[in-house]
Amino acid sequence: MTGPILDIRGLRKSFGHVEVLRGIDLAVKPQELVFIIGPSGSGKSTLLRCCNRLEEPNAGTILVDGVDLMDRRTNINAMRRHIGMVFQSFNLYPHLSALSNVSLALRKVVKKSRAEAEALALTALERVGLREKAKSYPSELSGGQQQRVAIARALALEPTIMLFDEPTSALDPELVGSVLGVMRELKQDGMTMLVVSHEMRFARDAADRVIFMDHGLIVEEAPPSQIFTSPREPRTRTFIAELTR
Amino acid sequence: MEALLNQFFNLDIMARALPLVLTGLKQTLLLCIVVIPLGLAGGLLVALLSLVPWRVFRWATILAIDFFRAVPPLVLLIFVYSGLPFAGIRLTPLAAVAVAFLLNNSSYYGEVYRAGIESVGRGQWDAARSTGLTLTQTLRNVVLPQAIRNVLPDLISNTVEVVKLTSLASVIALPELLYSADMARSLTFNTSPIVLAAGFYLLMLWPLVRLVSRLERRIAS
Repeated sequence: MTGPILDIRGLRKSFGHVEVLRGIDLAVKPQELVFIIGPSGSGKSTLLRCCNRLEEPNAGTILVDGVDLMDRRTNINAMRRHIGMVFQSFNLYPHLSALSNVSLALRKVVKKSRAEAEALALTALERVGLREKAKSYPSELSGGQQQRVAIARALALEPTIMLFDEPTSALDPELVGSVLGVMRELKQDGMTMLVVSHEMRFARDAADRVIFMDHGLIVEEAPPSQIFTSPREPRTRTFIAELTR
Repeated sequence: MEALLNQFFNLDIMARALPLVLTGLKQTLLLCIVVIPLGLAGGLLVALLSLVPWRVFRWATILAIDFFRAVPPLVLLIFVYSGLPFAGIRLTPLAAVAVAFLLNNSSYYGEVYRAGIESVGRGQWDAARSTGLTLTQTLRNVVLPQAIRNVLPDLISNTVEVVKLTSLASVIALPELLYSADMARSLTFNTSPIVLAAGFYLLMLWPLVRLVSRLERRIAS
């Protein structure tokens, strides 16, 4: 049995006087898809953003593939390419084509030649079904397509884990399916994923584990079948009743 | 009417003044080649300094920017050229203009760049950093290209102002376009050389002014 890909212990984060994360312990095993749900302001996104230190934690340890991200000697930029991140608002670079969006870090971080980087970028775009859009600019793509390019951008760096921060919340309902489809395929290919989202149906059929967070703490965690039908904690029950209403 | 034409649009006198005015034009172009890149580079440096997270450092930069924006460039120029020799620093007219303009222009260009950098959303930084790009790589490949595109009309407008301000160099006897034309005016007792110089300024700057309008319209749409 190999150890967890992501191992978080005692994670704390404050913004000013507000403690947003109040001691989080969370381990994600290889090939596991872990879902995080919870009311807004519960600290879900902050937790995700601490996993690649876009947000600087105040205390705790974060191990990714056994490497301590909080260690002074760890090169965070070198580690980040192994931690793919997908954002709610896509955050594609608007001045670059889809291909350049995906190949930029391959060239600058992984130091591939332009030709190599573009070949790898095309492969990544192919995986999200957008090879033919390589020359398009973000403004020429639908929201769903933009998000898939953003997934390809993370994927091209061959991450060991991918973080999804509400990847479908900014999409029109009819575009959500294409993005979830790509995520489903990633899961089938064995990608380890940590997902903040309220796509309950997706969680039900794809997630291995669902975590309910409230006020900066993990309140409950269970397999989706259990947490959605018979949650233990009253707070979880209220939240899920609200969500499925 | 005839007298008026003779005084302002005397082609004869313009033709006679042309060689002198052209040497002035050359000096003005030389000034621009020195002063504009210096200002663009200095401004970028100032904008980057004002991003530094140390508070004291940032305040010092902001104070310097405010100071050089509030002091009239002519005062600065005369101070540098005629004042600094009393401190043992003697500069050629060209060097004096370069220094005074660097201080003044860096502040203006710096504010334009800063507005551009601030116009690029937090999400762009997040995305770039999450793929492992360093701070410098993020600035160079992601933030600055967008920032500069967003404020391109302001950068060009500012450059138009800088070109016009090079005429201040006439005050310290640098024989640029205005200085040469004014010399021709005093030799001929006729205003036509000044009109000629104005024509050259117009020729240089009108395309830029048009470009700004077009860019602004494109950005607005």
